[in-house]
Amino acid sequence: MSAVERAIDAALAERKGALIGYLPVGFPSLDESVEAACAILDGGMDVLEFGLPYSDPVMDGPVIQSATVQALENGFRVADVFEATRRVTERTGKPVLVMSYWNLVLQYGVEAFARDLAAAGGAGLVTPDLIPDEAADWLAASETHGLDRVFLAAPTSSDERLGTVIERSRGFVYTVSTMGITGARDDVDRAARVLADRLHGLGCARACVGLGISTPQQVADVLEYAEGAIVGSALVRALTDGGVERVRGLASDLAAGARASRSR
Amino acid sequence: MTHLRDASGPYFGEYGGRFVPESLIAALDEIAAEWAAAKADPEFKDELARLHRDYSGRPSLLTDAVRLREHAGGARILLKREDLNHTGSHKINNVIGQALLTKRLGKDRVIAETGAGQHGVATATAAALFGLECTVYMGAVDTARQALNVARMRLLGAEVVAVEAGSATLKDAINEAMRDWVANVERTNYVFGTAAGPHPFPELVRDLQSIIGEEAREQSISMTGGLPTAVVACVGGGSNAIGIFNAFLDDEEVRLYGFEAAGEGADTPRHAATLTKGGKGVLHGARTRLLQDSDGQTIESHSISAGLDYPAVGPEHAWLADIGRVTYVPVTDDAAMQAMRLLSRTEGIIPAIESAHALAGALDLGRELGPDATIVVSLSGRGDKDMETAMEYFKLGEPDRTDLEVMPAEEAEAVEKIGGDS
Repeated sequence: MSAVERAIDAALAERKGALIGYLPVGFPSLDESVEAACAILDGGMDVLEFGLPYSDPVMDGPVIQSATVQALENGFRVADVFEATRRVTERTGKPVLVMSYWNLVLQYGVEAFARDLAAAGGAGLVTPDLIPDEAADWLAASETHGLDRVFLAAPTSSDERLGTVIERSRGFVYTVSTMGITGARDDVDRAARVLADRLHGLGCARACVGLGISTPQQVADVLEYAEGAIVGSALVRALTDGGVERVRGLASDLAAGARASRSR
Repeated sequence: MTHLRDASGPYFGEYGGRFVPESLIAALDEIAAEWAAAKADPEFKDELARLHRDYSGRPSLLTDAVRLREHAGGARILLKREDLNHTGSHKINNVIGQALLTKRLGKDRVIAETGAGQHGVATATAAALFGLECTVYMGAVDTARQALNVARMRLLGAEVVAVEAGSATLKDAINEAMRDWVANVERTNYVFGTAAGPHPFPELVRDLQSIIGEEAREQSISMTGGLPTAVVACVGGGSNAIGIFNAFLDDEEVRLYGFEAAGEGADTPRHAATLTKGGKGVLHGARTRLLQDSDGQTIESHSISAGLDYPAVGPEHAWLADIGRVTYVPVTDDAAMQAMRLLSRTEGIIPAIESAHALAGALDLGRELGPDATIVVSLSGRGDKDMETAMEYFKLGEPDRTDLEVMPAEEAEAVEKIGGDS
């Protein structure tokens, strides 16, 4: 069982489910992104998803895109993620996944990236624009280095595709809540519940729902039917507006949402 | 043995594929399946042929550019006149087909990205014709330099969204259109404008544009009694180029040249010479060649032509470059502008600046191949949309501008050096 899987299972045993927080590496600076990451993990989140800033982020909404543009303007380099991952992992003891658009990994070298991420103590990769069909090199490298691979499942995916996603994922399956991009929404789409149910029916042990989750209530709602809730834009906005302390506070509030009810 | 012209996705050699969010896979599968069915459906083919004939104005002419010859080392230059199509470029070939496909898919909304505005105008036109809702994404830089095309799209009933993100050009318009598509895929078809992007777009757009080459091949045989020596086209994303090349790919004796935008020079930081200077990578859903830094971050491209200002290229071109079937050569902004003026003054045809890159390349090639050569040039679009750029470049609006000679000696000399830094 991987570190991420253990963290999710521990959260399920302790409360309703796991909380996964997304923050971009290098925003507003490398040091502050490490501080913010440690703060959300100390604040009660179970797994960190550290996003690599990229020039052409097709899945990111305006809040995250604006933060990653700033990180790039501040001179962020892909190799910085290993140092940041090492620092967060050592300080918190919690698992750190890296979220990256595929070209960044490809240019670093798939094998080299996997090697350096594993050496830094990283848990694995979330790949928003790499589907299992195109992932042969990454499947091999993640095996060699014992890394998790989190693929996405969408409401529009066929059962056959969901089966492939489940089979090739390790850590959890990123359950896309809505047909959209990242960013807080008033209502997390009902499609998420249907998709999580379909995933469970096909044998998925850990479905974690992302896109559009921003409040403790939404976390509590999602954890009624999924093993984890992923929060991104709301954390990035808190960091942008109020710095590390604000983001720590939001993480604590969200963790309270995860404890709101244990009636699974 | 498989013919080169029948190459199909998802991969062309090592290029192509689908590097997109899982949310889009079902829609891409649906388009691929529906296109395969449509291609085999005689009713669809008839309807497409009828629209080409009665609406777009096909077949487009093949014009013997007699006065241009002397500037091309005596080589015979035949212009494939996509500029004469309805909406003024080759883009309508693709869009009419994709609009028909949208109807088959049962969707009522189309989105598109556009750089120069030609694809946006074509999409807005087809949407009007077919009664589809239409949103066009365009980089804010491009909406400024192509204001007339923005006005056209709006008059046709399309919503035009100016994209401020990134470099605010075509690549950012594609990102924004992709986001819209992810969010609205149930009722929306993404009418992709060039032979790039995730499978099946490179193949679909190539298929729809291959009519250019089919006509050109037949017309050049009937006009000259044989195949041309060379076929040339400009390459941004590469749809007009792959469209005209396709019919000739298996004619080994025909040389094929793609001219990409060298901007201020392929050895300066300001160019869009993807195949000359780009590396292998993934952008906009496909593995291809692109301009990127050592981390894989996209480098912003530059060209005086908005239509060529794109940091990647269709995957089939990347493959054709690797296997050596097509030669890709960069052409500078200045060489293209000189060719634009030369064609205007020798033949009375004002080409789009995109197409002027192909012309500049053809003039150079003609001087290399000599008077026995016949060169077919894809004149992919007309220059009306580029008049503001031309006015500024040639200072045409200045009241004391009086030079009416065809080509001053020093400029003829400049055109001799069109390869620029290549």
